[in-house]
Amino acid sequence: MTDPSFSLWVYLSQSPLLWLTVTLAAYVIADRISMTFRRHPLCNPVLMSVVTVALVLWATGTSYPVYFEGAKFVHFLLGPATVALAIPLYENRRVVLRAILPMMVALVFGSVTAIVSAVWVAELFGMPETILISLAPKSVTAPVGMGITETLGGDPALTAILIMLTGVIGSIMVTPLMNALRMKDWRARGFAVGLASHGIGTARAFQVNSLAGTFAGIAMGLNALVTALLLPFVLRLLTAD
Amino acid sequence: MIPSLTIILLCQLLGEAVTRGLGWLVPGPVLGMVFLLIFLGLRDRIRAKLPEFGKTLDSTGKGLLAHLSLLFIPASVGVVQRLDVVAQYGLGLVVALVVSTFVTLVVTVVTFVVVSRLSGSSIETERQGATHD
Repeated sequence: MTDPSFSLWVYLSQSPLLWLTVTLAAYVIADRISMTFRRHPLCNPVLMSVVTVALVLWATGTSYPVYFEGAKFVHFLLGPATVALAIPLYENRRVVLRAILPMMVALVFGSVTAIVSAVWVAELFGMPETILISLAPKSVTAPVGMGITETLGGDPALTAILIMLTGVIGSIMVTPLMNALRMKDWRARGFAVGLASHGIGTARAFQVNSLAGTFAGIAMGLNALVTALLLPFVLRLLTAD
Repeated sequence: MIPSLTIILLCQLLGEAVTRGLGWLVPGPVLGMVFLLIFLGLRDRIRAKLPEFGKTLDSTGKGLLAHLSLLFIPASVGVVQRLDVVAQYGLGLVVALVVSTFVTLVVTVVTFVVVSRLSGSSIETERQGATHD
């Protein structure tokens, strides 16, 4: 005596089809809105799609593991996309090689600033040390950042949230901020957002300018490396007193 | 498109195999990117004889990168459901993120531009790179 619409729901909610489609549909709609508003920073496609999907999950009482069964196909493509960063990098190799020096100096300054500024502000609010550790790698791409936190005794789940928020904040902030500073160099703009806001910032950069996207991808990779190496020492200095 | 995707996946697979096999800390896809760079260098040489070789690789890769935002949705949804963890520590964490992201963007972009002017590698690149807006 089961209601046919109920058995359809039971089927759909258990198969990857539904949640894969919901993920793509939420993105297509968000991307269209973003394009309609000519990539206005506040119409961030990641933020809009994530909120949409989260609301659908909440409204249907769907758990995250069930959702991820469908969404994992999209999630998987993060690896191939990282590999594909080689394509614009190779295309722009001459521009990139000529910018080695500014990249290296900006990398060190930016990386240290990202850690120190976050920890200082959180210390002003009297946050405990485990929170400071979890906050410190917030500008690094999620898998590396969570790894760093885990080694240093922080909470990787909290780090994942802070990393995601940093990505969205940077993507929204970068265009108006760079325009206000009258920065016209796409290499520098891209490098800054890739360093401060990792992959989500890189996604934003690719939407605006391909050269900016290339430099954002480089900054994301280099900052992951430098933060992993520097963070233990910087944290020790910061929390010593 | 399928041959291009195969090449990209092969590079990632090779990257994962090497980094796990040797116990390196570098993520597999990052090493895969290095392998693809090498492949692109080789492709240019092969193309001297076979101009069609690996032709669709650029469009496939760029298509993937143009929709990079999509790929962050599944993980971010999981994170959004745990925003209560952030709320628990109050406004301080959000203020720290906003201030730090702002300062990091400014410090990085200014350092890049200043060093690039001092080392004489600035102006010519400003006009390069197509805008997609």
